[in-house]
Amino acid sequence: MKKLFAQIYIWLLLALLYAPLVFIAIFSFTESRVLGNWTGFSTKLYGNLFTGGMNGGGALLSAVENTLIIALIAAAVSTLLGTIAAIGIYNLRGRKKQTMQFLNNIPMINPDIITGVSLFLLFVFLGFSQGYVTVVLAHITFCTPYVVLNVMPKLSQMNPNIYEAALDLGATPSQALWKVLVPELRPGMISGFILAFTMSLDDFAVTFFTRGTIGLDTLSTYIYTDARKGGLTPELRPLMTLIFLIVLILLIVINIRAEKASKKA
Amino acid sequence: MIKRSYWSLPYFIFMVVFVVLPLILIVLYAFQDGNGHFTLSNVTRFFTDSDSLSTFALSIEVAIENTLICILLGYPAAWILSNKQLNRSAVTVMLFIMPMWINALMRTLATAELFNVLGVTLGKGTLLFGMVYDYIPFMIYPIYNTLMKMDKSYAEAAEDLGANPWTVFWKVTVPLSMPGVMSGVLMVFMPTVSTFAISEFLTNNKIKLFGTIIQENINSSMWNYGAALAFIMLIIIGITSLIGEGKQSETEGGLI
Repeated sequence: MKKLFAQIYIWLLLALLYAPLVFIAIFSFTESRVLGNWTGFSTKLYGNLFTGGMNGGGALLSAVENTLIIALIAAAVSTLLGTIAAIGIYNLRGRKKQTMQFLNNIPMINPDIITGVSLFLLFVFLGFSQGYVTVVLAHITFCTPYVVLNVMPKLSQMNPNIYEAALDLGATPSQALWKVLVPELRPGMISGFILAFTMSLDDFAVTFFTRGTIGLDTLSTYIYTDARKGGLTPELRPLMTLIFLIVLILLIVINIRAEKASKKA
Repeated sequence: MIKRSYWSLPYFIFMVVFVVLPLILIVLYAFQDGNGHFTLSNVTRFFTDSDSLSTFALSIEVAIENTLICILLGYPAAWILSNKQLNRSAVTVMLFIMPMWINALMRTLATAELFNVLGVTLGKGTLLFGMVYDYIPFMIYPIYNTLMKMDKSYAEAAEDLGANPWTVFWKVTVPLSMPGVMSGVLMVFMPTVSTFAISEFLTNNKIKLFGTIIQENINSSMWNYGAALAFIMLIIIGITSLIGEGKQSETEGGLI
């Protein structure tokens, strides 16, 4: 009885959470430009999405492309910067270490809008013209702390003697770094990279304030402008459905792998 | 490895330029007029402008309501998910976490569109519904995590000593899971106050929240007033994170 009640509660909550997404997915299979108006099954919107044949003239596709490129660059640079920083911070002591950890926390505590407005003022102050570069810099700013947080535990779990042993056995410091240290840190670097990548994909406010006026759009800013114009570009429906499916599949794969790994262990 | 401490230097310089300096600039712009002279008028304007004040009050109200609803709906869900007798599948847990990985704007827009098609008038009700919809995963996840890590022997001990399930829940489980609730509150409350796109979508721009007026001022080149509003938000963040930290160390101290 208790179990039944619990199951009903869980699935009711899930049904509410997923209703809008399912609704969008259903109406991605009809041609109607007005949402909620079923005009028969069609995959035309999916075709439009991939050929760029739509009213926006491929603006949506280039927004998707920008989003992915910015996220890849930001995640890659953040992983590099954050890993080097984590090794440095790990070797610091006392007040210096505390200061670095405090600074590292700031971008994570700040709401997006504060990060966005403050960086906007910075670029105005420095006279930087805003566009691709400023957006990437801004994304690196809020992504790197998560890489640092993911790499630090790997450093403390690691046995520092292995590194010393490598040096004693004649490895040069750079060999010891690449053959010993980096492999030990790799899991933390990978989870840091994935987190940075998704944070960047998800971002709206920071991009909004740092993209300038050159018409640079990511998926988030595209959706924002599109919704304010009134009337949603119909091709967003198949796009949302595809993103939804990709995330679902990725999470299932990750979960199955994690479960297998824990069973082996 | 000892000598590698200077490796923190590039990141230190990076943070000074992209984290510290921008925050200083918010304060600087907040206390300057358009010509760069020192003034308090931006800050006093906020406290004398009834529009700004009522927007601010409404934002705090919506954020408190949203946080409370998220706890009320999310806590039971997290509890059921963490309970091995009631839920054995990892899939349901994953389904609750998944929305966190999907662009919030996209999910909000889908919600707003669904309301439109159903013919629900956009307003405060839809705003709250959408906010809960957007933020509840961020409440469930940390609570679920603390409940999973919780040492079950405390609850068993209470049971053995004659407490009924209700007492066990309120006197043992809830207090032990407070750190999770606190981090959930931190992840829900401040983002609700500062969001702007979400409230615009869900109310068709009828209701403005604090984030929206910051955005409007910055975008219409009223940087100084925008910076003053951002400065006020910074102070609130400082206060809430201090309270949050104080509470958290209290509960942790209490456990040991």
